Amino acid sequence: MSESSPPIRLQNVTVRLGGRVILEDLSLDIPAGKVTAVMGPSGAGKTTVMRLVTGQLKPESGQVWLGEQRVDQMNGKALNRLRRGIGVLLQNGALFTDLTCFDNVALPLREHTGLPETLIRRLVLLKLQAVGLRGAADLYPRELSGGMNRRVAMARAMALDPGLMLYDEPFAGLDPISLGVSLRLIREITQALHTTSVVITHDVGEINKLADYCCIISDRRVVAEGPPSSLDQSDHPLVRQFLDGQPDGPVAFHYPAPTMNEDMLSVGERQ
Amino acid sequence: MNGQASGLDRLLNPIRRLGNAGLFLVTAFSRMRFSRLQLLETLRQVYFAGVRSLVIIVTGGFFVGLVLTLQTYDTLSRFGAADAVSTVLALSLFRELGPVLTTLLFAGRAGTSITAEIGLMRATEQLDAMDLMAIDPMERIVQPRLLAGVLAVPALVLVFNVCAILGGLVFAVFLMGADPIAFWGNMQATVELWRDFGHGMLKAVAFGFLASWLAVYYGWTARPTSEGVALATTQTVIATAITVLILDFVLSAFML
Repeated sequence: MSESSPPIRLQNVTVRLGGRVILEDLSLDIPAGKVTAVMGPSGAGKTTVMRLVTGQLKPESGQVWLGEQRVDQMNGKALNRLRRGIGVLLQNGALFTDLTCFDNVALPLREHTGLPETLIRRLVLLKLQAVGLRGAADLYPRELSGGMNRRVAMARAMALDPGLMLYDEPFAGLDPISLGVSLRLIREITQALHTTSVVITHDVGEINKLADYCCIISDRRVVAEGPPSSLDQSDHPLVRQFLDGQPDGPVAFHYPAPTMNEDMLSVGERQ
Repeated sequence: MNGQASGLDRLLNPIRRLGNAGLFLVTAFSRMRFSRLQLLETLRQVYFAGVRSLVIIVTGGFFVGLVLTLQTYDTLSRFGAADAVSTVLALSLFRELGPVLTTLLFAGRAGTSITAEIGLMRATEQLDAMDLMAIDPMERIVQPRLLAGVLAVPALVLVFNVCAILGGLVFAVFLMGADPIAFWGNMQATVELWRDFGHGMLKAVAFGFLASWLAVYYGWTARPTSEGVALATTQTVIATAITVLILDFVLSAFML
């Protein structure tokens, strides 16, 4: 695979935030040029993986590789150069509310390319056309629905034709139509731009349609990985609980607490 | 022991915050870049912070001039020195009231808006998005707002002073029947361009810088919650009011 759509490799990565271990000795290989779904229960560290790849977070130990580049050792200008080749769709889109959809998509082009405005206009309209929102170019994000906002953010993320696209929970809170559109777009972008795509999600139902490769993170490490069909065969209790949506299992439903009896009898003391 | 620790913490907190605000400013200066895009964004921020503050500045200025003249005219008349009212008005405005009151109004109108905007940008991940697009938020968000305050406050002080003098003129000449030639003549004869007006404008630049620095700093460090943003806007007004009054005394002491 070419360097423009790089593979990602995390080797024995440990991340600690505020004294709490988020990832411990985690190793993960994400193949180039494919859609990989990173799944797991809430708080398992999926977004932390994304932040490691973009260099927003440095691991306490271990290595993070993007193609031939060691991300965890990068700083300042090197990180900025790296990020120009990465498109990121954040959970709520994170569009700039004081700019129109057109200006949101044009921003990375204006900042990084030095292209004439006429060419930028054409590129922006093409990107907006790809997500079906060319007609909304002059609207502000507040005038669009949540799903549309995310599609504009998707157009902005691919403005510089990045080799790597990262999607953080792209389906959260979407209606079935918007979900289907987003799913199709992710596949189309990956194929058309020959990118490596990483989708952070816990939407188990869509995995077969979306991903070529999956990994499930739980209990601070990767508990299963492989093609989506292979995960169905897994006997791992964490994988089973996650895929079958069981309320209790290795991941407890209840937050740690004293026993019900202790709590009920000590109501007066608590006040 | 815990009580002692929290007491010490409370004592050290303002010093810690001051140090952090200083570091923030050094970082902002070290990352300053002057491109066409930056210039356009700075002008846009001057519009948001300056032009949109005009209503409160014009109204505030006019009524401050009106009430200041009302009080001084009455007092000076008792000593037969009513003609000096324009001198007192101009000197108070140029040296102290213009820069101080304008900055306080600016902090309430534009400072809080800057803080809330940056705080909400942090809460809605817009600053993260910028970082991820290899666009430095310090350069793109902080720098234009910082410079906008430095440019807007002196201009607003001029507007405030003009409106306040007009307010004074309306009261003294049109309501109390003072001689307009004496009103303008006394003012021109006693006010010195550099010592009175120039020093006041220097203060305006310093206050504008201070107000915008605190506004962007509190926005930048706001907790990314609705409660955090609300607290940050309040802190902006309180911190600006206190530091401007302290700085005003220090600058006045050096300038006299």
